[in-house]
Formats: sequence, C-alpha cells, structure tokens
Amino acid sequence: MITLSDLHKSFDGAPVLRGASLHVPRGSSLVIIGGSGTGKSVLLKCILGLVTPDSGRIEIDGQDATRGNRDALLSRFGMLFQGAALFDSLPVWQNVAFRLLRGPLKRPRRVAREIAIEKLRRVGLGPEVADRLPAELSGGMQKRVGLARAIAAEPEIIFFDEPTTGLDPIMAGVINALIREIVTEMGVTALTITHDMSSVRAIADRVAMLHAGKIRWQGPSGEMDATPDPYVQQFIHGQATGPIEALR
Amino acid sequence: MSLGRTLAAAPAAALGTLGRAVIRALGAAGRLTLFALAAVSHILRPPLYPREFFMALLHIGWLSLPVVGMTALFTGGALALQIYSGGARFNAEAVVPQIVAIGMVRELGPVLVGLMIAARVTSSIAAEIATMKVTEQIDALVTLSTDPMKYLVAPRLLAALLTVPLLVAVGDVIGIAGGYAVATSALGFNPIGYLANTLDFLEPLDVLSSLAKGCAFGGIAALMGCYCGMHSGRGAQGVGRATKSSVEAAAILILAANFLLTGVFFSA
Repeated sequence: MITLSDLHKSFDGAPVLRGASLHVPRGSSLVIIGGSGTGKSVLLKCILGLVTPDSGRIEIDGQDATRGNRDALLSRFGMLFQGAALFDSLPVWQNVAFRLLRGPLKRPRRVAREIAIEKLRRVGLGPEVADRLPAELSGGMQKRVGLARAIAAEPEIIFFDEPTTGLDPIMAGVINALIREIVTEMGVTALTITHDMSSVRAIADRVAMLHAGKIRWQGPSGEMDATPDPYVQQFIHGQATGPIEALR
Repeated sequence: MSLGRTLAAAPAAALGTLGRAVIRALGAAGRLTLFALAAVSHILRPPLYPREFFMALLHIGWLSLPVVGMTALFTGGALALQIYSGGARFNAEAVVPQIVAIGMVRELGPVLVGLMIAARVTSSIAAEIATMKVTEQIDALVTLSTDPMKYLVAPRLLAALLTVPLLVAVGDVIGIAGGYAVATSALGFNPIGYLANTLDFLEPLDVLSSLAKGCAFGGIAALMGCYCGMHSGRGAQGVGRATKSSVEAAAILILAANFLLTGVFFSA
C-alpha cells in the first residue's frame, strides 16, 4: 500500500535519509524503530508531504504521493502526534471533530459532536471531557484525544509518532493496547515510529529498523528477537556497547 | 608583506560582508512578498473560515479599543498643551484646535494606533502561531487537510485590514476629544468655537489618508505576526525570537510606510 523507494533528504547539507526504502502492506501494522536523530520523524513527514524529499519515490496504492490532489490523499490519513498537537483554542470535541466541521467531510455540528463523543468513548474518555480545553487534560488524556482525532474521519492509514513518549508505563500500556485494538478493529494500515520496545511488541505486525538514514533490517515482529543483526540486537536490548555509537 | 596583504584584502572582505547582508535582505524581502501574495490570494479564494475570522475581528478590533483609546486620549491632551505653550512664543495659541486635528488625523492617530497594534496584536499573533508551530499544531492542520495559510493567516490579515482603519478613526476622534478636554478645561478655549475650528479645518483628504494608513498598518501588523510565527525556530527560544522580530519588523515597516504614504498624499 505504501512504498518508499530510495528516499534521500538533507537539512543544511546534513543528510538525514540516505536511501530509505520500505513497503507497508495494506492492513498491516509496521513499526519503525531507531535511535533519536536517525530520521524516523522525517520519514513520516515525507510521506505526509510535510517535508519534501530531495530524491526518491513515495507511492500510495501505486500512485506517486507527491503528485495529484493532496487534500484527497490526506483525507485518507489520520495521525497521532508525539505531543498530541491538540489545538489549544478549541474544546476537546472540536479537536476530535475538526475534519467533520469543515472541508469535504463537513457534517452538521450536532452530528459532528455526536461522532466526537463516540470516538472519545472509544478511547476511554467520557462525554464530560468533550467541552474541556486541551490544557485542562493530563498528558495521557491528551494522547487519547489525539487518538480519537486520528480515527474520527475513519481513515484508511494511521500514523503514530512516538505514541507513548512522556507517559508513565501503565498509561503507555493503555495507549499501546488502544492502538492495537483500533488498528485491528478498523482494519487500517498503521505506521508507527517509536524507540519504546513495549510499544513495538504491543503494536507491530512487522518491524523495520532505521539507522543512519537507511532501513537496516525489516521483518515480522516475531523474528525480531532472533535476528542476528547486531544493530537490531543492540537496540532492542538497550546495550550501550555495539555497532551503534552512543555518546557518553 | 603580511600586513600589506591584510590591508589589501580588507576592502574586499568588507564588500563581501555587505554583499551577503544585501543578498540576505533581498531574500527576506522576496520571501515576505511571496508570503503576502499567498495570504491575499487565500482571502480572495473560498473557503474563508468564519469562526477564525470573527475571533480575529474580536481580538484585533474590539479588544484593542481600550489601549487605542487611552493612547489617543493622552496624546491628544498632551498635544494641546504642547501647541498652546509652543504657540504662545509667537502669539499663536489660537491654532490649538487646528493643529490638534491635523496632527491627530494625519499623523499621530494612524502611527500611534499602528504601533500599539504592532505591540499588542503582532506580538500576540506571532507568539500564538510560533507556539502552534513548535508544538506541531501547524503540521496537524496540514494532516487534517487544512491549509494553515487559509486557516491561520487569511482570517487574521482580513480582520486587520478591516478593523485597524476603524481603530484609527476611533483613535482620531478620541485624540481630538483629548485635546478638546484639555483646551476647554485648562486653556480657556470656548467649547463651541473649538469644535467649529476643528471641523472647518479638516479636509476629506486628511480623513482618507488616515484611514488608508490604518489599512496599510493593519496589513503590515498582521502579516509580520503571521510571517514570523510561521517561520519560527524551535523551542521557547524560537517563539521568543519570532515574537521579538515580528514587533521590530512591524514597527519599522509601519514607520517607513507612514513616510511613503504621507509623501503620496501630501507631497504636492
């Protein structure tokens, strides 16, 4: 469904992506792992068109994602941002129903609110949260609202950017379980970037490791622990010594 | 020998530095121009987001009234005192109503309102949009199929273009009222005569130039806030820099535009 071929991207002459290639089959959940600064977020932003790659090709269902109707393409996506990225000035329900209140998916306000409350319920939040402002919510609740917003317009593809960053282990487990449930229930194609191994084990059908701007290894999540790749082994076991240089 | 080479290279190095600065300035001017054109094109093309537009009208227009009113009131009063004491040196105390009117409407009203809007609105727009940028809310807008130029910039620019001329008009009236209050209560002017002199002396071109300046200054204030916010750097420092740069740039551009517009309206 999503195919990246030989993607390159540099910022001010510093290469971040150096020929990343990847395939995400329809309906699967792929998790990209890798250390900080390896280009995971840039890869995601290239697919969404938030960053323009220097070279390479991005295809979604065989179509070049950089050409054609961008709005139509984006309407197929949902995204959960690292910091939730909720709009401060809008109450929770309007954040969730943002897409349903404007643009081609616009619904009557009452219907949009009902859908927002239903999506909030799906992520474990009650209707009493609907009229609060994002700043009045805890980090875990904000993540849930972000998740509700990501699924509100029933997208085909959902991206999760570091979904458990900043959460305590219990709340991280709750968010991981929610993501897994929603991905399975909706049958969506999911692409997650994280360096949290508990997320990887909870969410992934397949795992890809990005290192130095390239996909170093990829395979089914069940094969990850057994792979002899020293980079993957160092990363998943959190070892300070190995082929991945760590600043001390 | 070495000193000679250094001396010979110094003019070239200075020219190089100057050249790079000029190229940077031209590049920034070009980017700002393209940004302004894109913003205007988004105003002209639907959809315009009504909620964001009305919120901008409220924030830029209505909520700026107290600060604009206070600024104009005290400036008008001080102007009356200055003209009276200055005019007394050559027996021209009687010109207070005329000079207050012309000073407020042609110059002080638009400039002071423009600068107050730069301080209050430009900084607020820049800080808000820059914070949205560093917290990925702008990226979130894009992923929700919403163009940030249309959702954030166009409503604010249109609201500023419409409300700042009105604020200038209000500022002009309040400034004249401030002069009137001081002149009639402390300087011994006849109230009816003061008003008659004020109205007789002002011409339609004075009012027109005041409103045109307000429109231009409003556009500059909103554009600079949006531009610096959208191009903010990372983190709290990035937001701080964007806010500071937006106010500095808006204030300087407002004063430059005031000079140009004054030349256009009154150079003949």
